[in-house]
Amino acid sequence: MLEIKNICKTFNKGTVNEKVALRGVSLTLNDGDFVTVIGGNGAGKSTMLNAVAGVWPIDSGSILLDGVNVAGLPEHKRAKYLGRVFQDPMNGTAATMEIQENLAIAVRRGKSRTLRPGITKKEKQQFKEMLKQLDLGLEDRMTSKVGLLSGGQRQALTLLMATIQKPKLLLLDEHTAALDPKTAAKVLELSDKIIAENQLTAMMVTHNMNDAITHGNRLVMMSEGQIVLDIGGEEKKKLTVEDLLQKFEQVSGEKFANDQALLS
Amino acid sequence: MFDLEILDLFRAMPGSVAQGLIWGIMAIGVFITYKILNFADLTVDGTLGLGGAVAVMLILAGCPPYLVLIASFISGILAGLITGVLHTLLGIPDILAGILTQIALYSINLNIMGKSNQAVSVDQYDLVVSLRYISEAIMVGVIFLIIIIALLYWYFGTEQGYTIRCTGCNENMSRAQGISTGKAKVIGLALSNGLVGLSGALIAQYQGNADVNMGRGAIVIGLAAVIIGEVIGTAIFGKYMNFALKLLFAAIGAIIYYLVITFVLWLGLPSDNMKLFSAIVVALFLAVPYLKNKYNTSFAKAAKKGAE
Repeated sequence: MLEIKNICKTFNKGTVNEKVALRGVSLTLNDGDFVTVIGGNGAGKSTMLNAVAGVWPIDSGSILLDGVNVAGLPEHKRAKYLGRVFQDPMNGTAATMEIQENLAIAVRRGKSRTLRPGITKKEKQQFKEMLKQLDLGLEDRMTSKVGLLSGGQRQALTLLMATIQKPKLLLLDEHTAALDPKTAAKVLELSDKIIAENQLTAMMVTHNMNDAITHGNRLVMMSEGQIVLDIGGEEKKKLTVEDLLQKFEQVSGEKFANDQALLS
Repeated sequence: MFDLEILDLFRAMPGSVAQGLIWGIMAIGVFITYKILNFADLTVDGTLGLGGAVAVMLILAGCPPYLVLIASFISGILAGLITGVLHTLLGIPDILAGILTQIALYSINLNIMGKSNQAVSVDQYDLVVSLRYISEAIMVGVIFLIIIIALLYWYFGTEQGYTIRCTGCNENMSRAQGISTGKAKVIGLALSNGLVGLSGALIAQYQGNADVNMGRGAIVIGLAAVIIGEVIGTAIFGKYMNFALKLLFAAIGAIIYYLVITFVLWLGLPSDNMKLFSAIVVALFLAVPYLKNKYNTSFAKAAKKGAE
């Protein structure tokens, strides 16, 4: 369970580039919640995810994972609890390393890394089975460098790496935004499947209103560093894009000006 | 007359091979930072001198020349640690962190030796390698390289070795996967400089003295070796270049470098111009792949194709 309490973050404090990114965001995710996060550019969606991931320290507030405040932990220590997939497919994998080596690194997330072998024979077998599930033919390319894979394949692999050890929370940061529509749909489908099968708690940032509505059991809308809408349960199931646009205008007093979100 | 000159060249070759083998250990150190960690580490110039200075002074103080190698290895590790701390804990950019350690080591090396040059004679001490006994030196160099390559091949296949490779490839991803990238960098730098220190100790014994300037330009030789080795290795083995072969070819690159140097000296190039020559060789080897790629996919070509 994730509890975000009143977190604030200002970038470049005291300079001309000062930008208040999060203004007291609070959000509680119950176990098994799959929350989609939507909002315009600069609304603070990715900033909220990065705050949870610990990319930088927050200014104030607390972040509790299963009751433990992780706000003081640096990124690599927090990684133990989190699975992450990024917007840029290049970001989630090590391009110059083999597919199986990438998986071996992910399997050891949160464990101390010693002088034992970086990958074992048994693991290679397990990885092969897991890759088969992805249905991308990667099980026959275990020793290929990840740099040779397409963006969609890399995102699928990153998803597998993020969930190869069940994380307390899965963070998906616009992980389909850089893919073509067909591949994006496939990766989303895979995300749904993995989240459902492992009963993961997940947060997915997206620019796409349709995706935000059709995926997950809860929808959160952000604007100017705050959460302005939080829709769950039956209401979420009946939600349409028109509803969402209307609600946004009501709470923020302005039109949802984002072509990408409207058009897609 | 001409025949005699060719004989001179052949006579000089074993010496170049021996030198190349010993410098090859340094080249493998440079490979770790430059290729695996993606870190342009300029500490090397200072570390090589440090390894030499420590070795010679300890031998003069009566330590057995073999044990001295361990001390030089450790002194190199310390130098790498300092660069690592400057970079990771104090946020100094990689090249600058290396330069700072390198320049500090110049003074430290002078302090260790008490003057700018200290000699050890192979007549008085039982040195590990010496240019007096070249075939022995070649054998020792080969044995050292085999052991070092085997150990590194094992190490970079361990969980810890993976963290260093991963950090060199993608820092964001490494942190997201729970790897402390700072720690990985410090370990990589320490290991690399340890090897450079060891190489410095062997070089000092081989040439019979340690000089405060012996490391000047070492990084360029190291880069030359790594790049020459990579080009030749890839030409021979293509995609079958595995990790052990890559390390081996860094060392082979150093041997080739010294053979080429011997050759151009034999041609009559003044030895004062050696560093200029080294710089040109490295610049060429770095530029050729880039220019080749640019030639294959140039705007001028695209315009021509479009006009056809």
